[in-house]
Amino acid sequence: MKPASFKYIKPESLEEALEVKSEYGDEIRILAGGQSLIPAMNFRIMQPSVLLDINMLDSLSYINLDSNKLRLGAMTRLMQLENDSVVSKNSPLLEEALPYIAHPQIRNRGTVGGNISHADPAAELPVVAVAMNARFCVESICGSRWIKSKKFFKGYFETDISADEIMTEIELPLFEDRTGWAFQEIARRSGDYAMAGVAVLLTLDNDNICNNARIVFLNMGEAPMDTNKAVGLLIGEVLTEELIMEVADLASQQEIDPIGGIHATANYQRHLANILTKRALKSAYSRVQKHE
Amino acid sequence: MNEKHNIQLSINGSQYTADVEARLLLSDFIRHTLGLTGTHVGCEHGVCGACTVIMDGHAVRACLMFAVQADGLEIMTVEGLSEGPEKLNALQEAFREAHGLQCGFCTPGILMSLIPFLKNNPEPTEQEIRYALSGNLCRCTGYQHIVDAVLLYVERKNS
Repeated sequence: MKPASFKYIKPESLEEALEVKSEYGDEIRILAGGQSLIPAMNFRIMQPSVLLDINMLDSLSYINLDSNKLRLGAMTRLMQLENDSVVSKNSPLLEEALPYIAHPQIRNRGTVGGNISHADPAAELPVVAVAMNARFCVESICGSRWIKSKKFFKGYFETDISADEIMTEIELPLFEDRTGWAFQEIARRSGDYAMAGVAVLLTLDNDNICNNARIVFLNMGEAPMDTNKAVGLLIGEVLTEELIMEVADLASQQEIDPIGGIHATANYQRHLANILTKRALKSAYSRVQKHE
Repeated sequence: MNEKHNIQLSINGSQYTADVEARLLLSDFIRHTLGLTGTHVGCEHGVCGACTVIMDGHAVRACLMFAVQADGLEIMTVEGLSEGPEKLNALQEAFREAHGLQCGFCTPGILMSLIPFLKNNPEPTEQEIRYALSGNLCRCTGYQHIVDAVLLYVERKNS
């Protein structure tokens, strides 16, 4: 058998799961969709002594629209999000990013909470969450707390979740009026981890002056890479071809830290980040106009 | 640690009961414990798609699940596609005619990925077929004949 031995616990309720989590702490890994955890266990990169299977917790699987927020239960499968009209109508950035996540067979099992808590800097949903200023609810036997996406991702596969906590909900604020969006990435093959990717949001006032923007990269550092200086160039301005080039240059030269690999050197990743920023900004801009 | 868990599940309409170690992968359970060797095992980390089975109507990787997680669920493997080992279903027939396989190692996973896809999308475009196949690796055909086989099946089904 490929994975090492572990003790398997399948709680029937969240309360029971939290009890177990507080008892075992760091020895435990949570088995949500398992689409990243099980490969790592098959390679024995991970050898948790206890596996807490939370697939029975149906109360953590939901998609709710609540005034100006979309609330996703942590155990909601990625395929459920993909097939839900509430998501496509209210969170088009998320909708656009979902098909880039691995393959349909993986999305049938993978969950939104698992994807985000795994905190792979090359993954799509952490970047979408940061771009949208998402918040995550984590619970322990002592109660619950909300963590802002910006503070959540601490580094490669590192998050702010404590040993006794479980993520239960993802809260995505809806877009302001006149907001355009774009998610783009470049992978060598469909479903592979991307060499570069970016999520862009752009909010314009009635004179088409940009009053809010986000540009967040995946696989460009140890966590989703947010760009403050580049976004600063956009605020208060009308988008022009020159400005877009300037923003893409600044973002790709100064605000990311790609490490490169066998499929793309760090310089090539910067080049891709530059091109994707330009494309995504143009796409987001045209979507503001189209939706009026 | 090596505690056994009792599971009961349905595979291709037959009921099975077994005591399994928690770390036993669903793919190994299907092949080794039950002897249903139609499900193939390639990479064992979710990339190649050879072990794809249908679980409660959805295509999933059998190597990315533990057998213990399939307790109470309904699974279909390639053995469940046709009425008997001598017979082919319409999709398999189209694969045979269009040369949609050479060595055949990837074929069970490809068929099990395509069944739910074609159910949800009975008239797919070539582009959609290629996207649906993107999670299954084939090192023989170059994919063209597989795409041809699906197109042949779709054409027959809709005529």
